[in-house]
Amino acid sequence: MTTQTVTETSGARTAPDLGVLLTGAGAVLLAVSAFLPWAGYAGFPGKMTLSGYPGGARLYVLLLALPALALLRPVAGRAAALRAAANVELAVVALTVYFVAYAGGGFVNVGGGVYPAMIGAVLYVVGSRRLPATEAVAEGMAFPDASWRFPVESLVVAGTAGLALWLFVIGLGMPISSIASGSDLTLGPLSINDVANSGQFLAYVITIAGLALVAGRLGLLKSLTIMTGRHPKLFVAAGFIAAAAFPFTQSGSGESLSIAARIGVFAAAAVGLNIVVGLAGLLDLGYIAFFGVGAYFGALVSGSVTSVTGVHLPFALTIVLGGLVSGIFGLLLGAPTLRLRGDYLAIVTLGFGEIFRITVNNLDGSAGPSLTNGPNGVSNIPDLALGSFNFGANHTLFGIDLSFQSNYYWLELLLLAFVMTSFLRLSESRIGRAWVAIREDELAAAATGINTTRLKLLAFALGATLAGAAGTVNAHVVKVAAPDSFTFIESATLLAAIILGGMGTVPGALLGATVLYLLPEKLRFLHDLRLLVFGIALVLIMRLRPEGLVASKRRAREFHEHETDPAAEAVA
Amino acid sequence: MSVLEARAVTKRFGGLTAVKDVDLVVNEGEILGLIGPNGAGKTTFFNCLTGMETPTAGDVTYKGAPLPKRPDLITRAGVARTFQNIRLFNNMTALENVIVGRHTRTRAGVFAAVGRGPRYHREERESEETARELLTFVGLGKVGDELAKSLPYGDQRRLEIARALATEPGLLLLDEPTAGMNPNETAAAIDLVKGVQARGIAVVLIEHDMRFVFGLCDRVAVLVQGQKLLEGSPAEVQSDDRVIAAYLGKPTEGDTATGGDTGGDTVEGDVEGDTA
Repeated sequence: MTTQTVTETSGARTAPDLGVLLTGAGAVLLAVSAFLPWAGYAGFPGKMTLSGYPGGARLYVLLLALPALALLRPVAGRAAALRAAANVELAVVALTVYFVAYAGGGFVNVGGGVYPAMIGAVLYVVGSRRLPATEAVAEGMAFPDASWRFPVESLVVAGTAGLALWLFVIGLGMPISSIASGSDLTLGPLSINDVANSGQFLAYVITIAGLALVAGRLGLLKSLTIMTGRHPKLFVAAGFIAAAAFPFTQSGSGESLSIAARIGVFAAAAVGLNIVVGLAGLLDLGYIAFFGVGAYFGALVSGSVTSVTGVHLPFALTIVLGGLVSGIFGLLLGAPTLRLRGDYLAIVTLGFGEIFRITVNNLDGSAGPSLTNGPNGVSNIPDLALGSFNFGANHTLFGIDLSFQSNYYWLELLLLAFVMTSFLRLSESRIGRAWVAIREDELAAAATGINTTRLKLLAFALGATLAGAAGTVNAHVVKVAAPDSFTFIESATLLAAIILGGMGTVPGALLGATVLYLLPEKLRFLHDLRLLVFGIALVLIMRLRPEGLVASKRRAREFHEHETDPAAEAVA
Repeated sequence: MSVLEARAVTKRFGGLTAVKDVDLVVNEGEILGLIGPNGAGKTTFFNCLTGMETPTAGDVTYKGAPLPKRPDLITRAGVARTFQNIRLFNNMTALENVIVGRHTRTRAGVFAAVGRGPRYHREERESEETARELLTFVGLGKVGDELAKSLPYGDQRRLEIARALATEPGLLLLDEPTAGMNPNETAAAIDLVKGVQARGIAVVLIEHDMRFVFGLCDRVAVLVQGQKLLEGSPAEVQSDDRVIAAYLGKPTEGDTATGGDTGGDTVEGDVEGDTA
């Protein structure tokens, strides 16, 4: 609907190309195989023993075969899109077959659908490589200016936001082996069922990435970007409403909500870090310490029995004060160190992160003043209460049961909305432009009238404030503030989240935080290889998309130099 | 009336004296050329005027008040500059580059940016209007949405001038505004500098293109080996033997009033390499 059609040079009707034939045959085989049983035993997710029902990973196989429909009509970017679809299809088939065989105790236990699928996938790949690559590159297009443009575009934009969340919810809802914090790197025992679930989840993630790739090659993503760019508020509002509606789909269960709430807090911290790193270009390797300051502050004034202060402040005040206290730490650290550049600043912040962790570890009354209970942390943080509304109780709204986790989920959503709004508005403002200018050329920024020291300090303190606010919320979500939650690996993961997602963008930080939180969990079946695969995945993403998954316009152009006018560099 | 007065400005780097006792007065609305062979200390002198370097000795006043020390405060006071090797914010658009120049003349802080009241919107609108007007003024009206780094070289120099003008300076320091330009671009640059002058802004420019300097400047000062050799109208400077000697290194007899210690040395053998 939004892609251009171009005339095919080879003449579509006369002699069907070998590539077209092979690709088509492969796709048909794959589609058929999706309706055949893939497993010879019961228990693999997706009812893999049933025929006539494309359940589980078979649905992904079917979806990835669908782009072959483009063979019927020469569409711009077709060959590239099909190559991507075929490669991903092959990966999904191979992965699924491996997991079915592994969980079933051997290859003999796979079902009959596996064979056409494997043959089809190979044909698909071979055929797509032979497709004539003479077609134009797909360009993004928006709807023509007509009276019906607004309703259609609005629907597409809102639908996209909804779809993105729906996909996220599906991924989240897939059973995972055990729930732990994102970077808890210890391994628990795994059952065959865990392995199967992991396999299905992996196939799911790969399929979504593959379909996004195909859409990109066909120019659909560009069209979408144009449309969301025209209705940004609608896009955000639709996303927010869809996110807020999430608890209603959980029929009283709180497990997914609890994970979602933790991802949300993690994402809020990532967005805050994005101010420091993405906008102002200051590499902060100890960011989690500011989050920790907020968490400890929140814990100490929560009225917990393990808090030495015994103070119980209202939460609205706690979150503001937690942010402020953390911001003051940011100022204290930044004032002497922001004269340093690049690597040196990174080292100092790294040191600060460690100092914070070791300090709270020792403020236990024996090694130092009694404040934090040392390694045990401040635990048993009571549930929040707003007036008569108790966050720890289940509620019923519009006749739908809501677990108590939904309260924290909504709280986290509010926090995220606030942090996102702050980031977006700042980045488009006088302050945000000054930050970017400093990142680009500090000397020129100073000569243009920007007080570089002060603005860098501001970025640092603001990032710390947002992290602190997120920390106070997190303390109430996880009910404890303990030193081992604030290790260097947490800072590194946050940093990886924004680099992976895309520096300086909000959707990037959200996506990066989600991926980095969920992926290690879902990779548990790999046992000791988990971190290796995780690392390889990160390296691959950075190799293929150095600007991050959702790049800001600025960075996308930065990493694709060859597309710029060569005349600019010629004289310089 | 003078805009800028520099008295006995000296800058030493260890044992090397890059700028020595330079006096310079810039009058309101004039274009002053600063010429001299490579390594004469011209850029270092500019750096001393704009806070990039702290002068070892001497003082500078702008419109009667001593110039602040920090670059951003100097820009705020009204002295703007461009750089010899263009320093734009490469990954920002041309328009954004100029809007950044409005930084000292606008006020919106963090709370205004997050809260976005009517005043914030008015200020943003005004910044953008001013920036667009300046882009049109320097002849870049159509490329506002291009990334700075993707602009042709000549346009990048113009953009740097537009960004400097956005700070509402009373004095603009241009460091080799035509370096690397072709004759057409140089001719356009003459018009541009005259246009800046017509806005009531005094201009000091460092330049090696003599036709450009003598065709444009009201007065010319010659810097040789960190010292001011002479200062005068283009005609006076052009006909002065010492200037020719400084550039071409001809051994002259008896007329080495300021450059005496070098005797017959050629200028080419006299590289200090501090013009960065």
